Amino acid sequence: MQKKFKIEVDCANCAAKMEEAVRKIDGVTNASVSFMAQKMVIEADDSRFDSIMKDVVKACKKVEPDCEVYL
Amino acid sequence: MTRKQKKVFVRILAAAALTLGLLFAPFVPEEGPVRLALYLIPYLVIGYDILKKAFLGIVHGEVFDENFLMAIATVGAMILGEYAEGVEVMLFYQIGELFQSYAVGKSRRSITALMDIRPDYANVEQDGQLVQVDPDEVAVGDMIVVRPGERVPLDGVIVEGQSSLNTSALTGESLPREVGPGDDIISGCVNENGLLRVRASKPFGESTVSKILDLVENSSLKKAKAENFITKFAHYYTPAVCIGAALLAIVPPLFVGGWADWIGRALTFLVISCPCALVISIPLSFFGGIGGASRAGILVKGGNYLEALASTRAVVFDKTGTLTEGNFVVTNTVPVPGVSGEELLTLAALAESYSSHPISKSLQEAAGGSLDSSRVAQVQEIAGNGVVAQVDGRPVAAGNARLMERLSIPYTEDSAPGTIVYVAVDGAFAGSIRISDRIKPTAAQAVGGLRAQGVRTVMLTGDADPVAQTVAKELGIDEVHSELLPADKVTQVERLLAGKTPKTTLAFVGDGINDAPVLSRADIGIAMGAMGSDAAIEAADIVLMDDDPAKISLAMRISRKCLRIVNQNIVFALGIKVLCLVLGALGKAGMQAAIFADVGVMVLAVLNATRTLKVQE
Repeated sequence: MQKKFKIEVDCANCAAKMEEAVRKIDGVTNASVSFMAQKMVIEADDSRFDSIMKDVVKACKKVEPDCEVYL
Repeated sequence: MTRKQKKVFVRILAAAALTLGLLFAPFVPEEGPVRLALYLIPYLVIGYDILKKAFLGIVHGEVFDENFLMAIATVGAMILGEYAEGVEVMLFYQIGELFQSYAVGKSRRSITALMDIRPDYANVEQDGQLVQVDPDEVAVGDMIVVRPGERVPLDGVIVEGQSSLNTSALTGESLPREVGPGDDIISGCVNENGLLRVRASKPFGESTVSKILDLVENSSLKKAKAENFITKFAHYYTPAVCIGAALLAIVPPLFVGGWADWIGRALTFLVISCPCALVISIPLSFFGGIGGASRAGILVKGGNYLEALASTRAVVFDKTGTLTEGNFVVTNTVPVPGVSGEELLTLAALAESYSSHPISKSLQEAAGGSLDSSRVAQVQEIAGNGVVAQVDGRPVAAGNARLMERLSIPYTEDSAPGTIVYVAVDGAFAGSIRISDRIKPTAAQAVGGLRAQGVRTVMLTGDADPVAQTVAKELGIDEVHSELLPADKVTQVERLLAGKTPKTTLAFVGDGINDAPVLSRADIGIAMGAMGSDAAIEAADIVLMDDDPAKISLAMRISRKCLRIVNQNIVFALGIKVLCLVLGALGKAGMQAAIFADVGVMVLAVLNATRTLKVQE
């Protein structure tokens, strides 16, 4: 399943690093973070989506403590 | 400014005031722990978040980011006893960051504002009064009212009212479109003058405007190679610079001494190395390019397609509906002496008036629409040949050459490409009518524009060879393949794909109706006439909202300009960086200069990137 989330991230480099980090999460098949549109698209395992999203937020905060993901 | 930006701004002002105060205050000692303690106040005010992020980065194994570089550089300066310099560097860095986030935020907003065609509300009649509701709440079949100057909120059909619609937000076409009752109306257009009552035919989520917004928003998620290059580049670049700085700090002083000086140079080196100008300006350029294109009615589904379009060296066209109108019209009448062209058309149209064949429809259109069908009697359709009927009591035959032969009527053959209808009255030949597909007015300009850019043009069609050859000759197309079945088109495109040089791309242009396989097989699939056609929007990589083929060369110009700007920024930013790195290593550039260089390059790169938004017709 693919879902789109609004995010708030201040630097383009952080967005790129967030994308890289999110892609590595177990259960995430594809991810894309757009600094320009301030959007994140996650393609992940349907049944575990909510728990995966928790990992996603954690991973993003790790890369950029200032970022915000609106679930 | 956002809340975050305001906070940083206040901190900058406070830290700057404190630093200035300390620089001129008489009670500050020249050196020693008191001086350090005093300077630590503005340092922490301005830099606490950077230090925190750098620390968290190290804990999380994310070393070598900007925060880390700044923390190392300023802490290093503090250790060397350059307290004021440490504070200043942090201050300048924060000013630069603030400026950058402001500039980028502003250009991002201006781009999204240009693309914003989202209707804010829909007018619904409730108990005789107009009420504004969220377009999402309008159900299919509901009546909505669109007043002059308002944006059409949902796709629908006009029930009442006449107006002209401005479709420029969707198609880039400035000529208004006249509409009246019964016409389909597409969301996102602006109603110019009349009051319209519209029955919604689609929910908001499936209306054209939602589809387009979705597509444009998602386009920045499909990244161009140049964007991915930057990510990879930063991956190697930052560690390399850090190793370089470490070497600069350790190796030369081993031979010539002067540790403090060399460590200072190494710190400057680190500050210069921040790659933000590149990292920001490149996605911004693609975003701007896609935004500019969508203003011209060209929807690009991703930065990768915009990039690929710049290296297109071959464009394959489907003929019908792409280069030609796709509907048949009477293009010529050749009556025998004594019969007028009008008379000939009217007779043929009347004889064919009971048929729903496209040919008879175009005859009726050419004859002027409302024909009195009571003038026609005893219509007899002869399958594969035509019709024989009594018109005003006279026997009229209209059909192809075989009909004339079957009725043994001598006729004059018209050998021009197209469909020819021969007409006979009272058993005698009365003339012929030529019906053919019309070439779009902008088709020649489209092909010419592509050829001027050095692009090879190919036309594929299921039509007969003579028709195809005539069209190709008139437009100046390089290569033609005719009488193709849909599957043959795929084969032809595959052959062309195999024959092209590796770094170039091939684009296929179709009208999106039954050429989805070819659209997806080509490097870039371009669908045209997509206003209201979901299939085309789905299948293609680039979507032309109207059906003007000349937009293809415009799209290529936009894409080349965008790539040119991206390359300029890469060369410019890297060039200045390398120059500053060398100057820093040689001790010719101080830390303040380093930060100004960094921010300056970034601002210029961002300004350059926003040029992509401007589209020259």
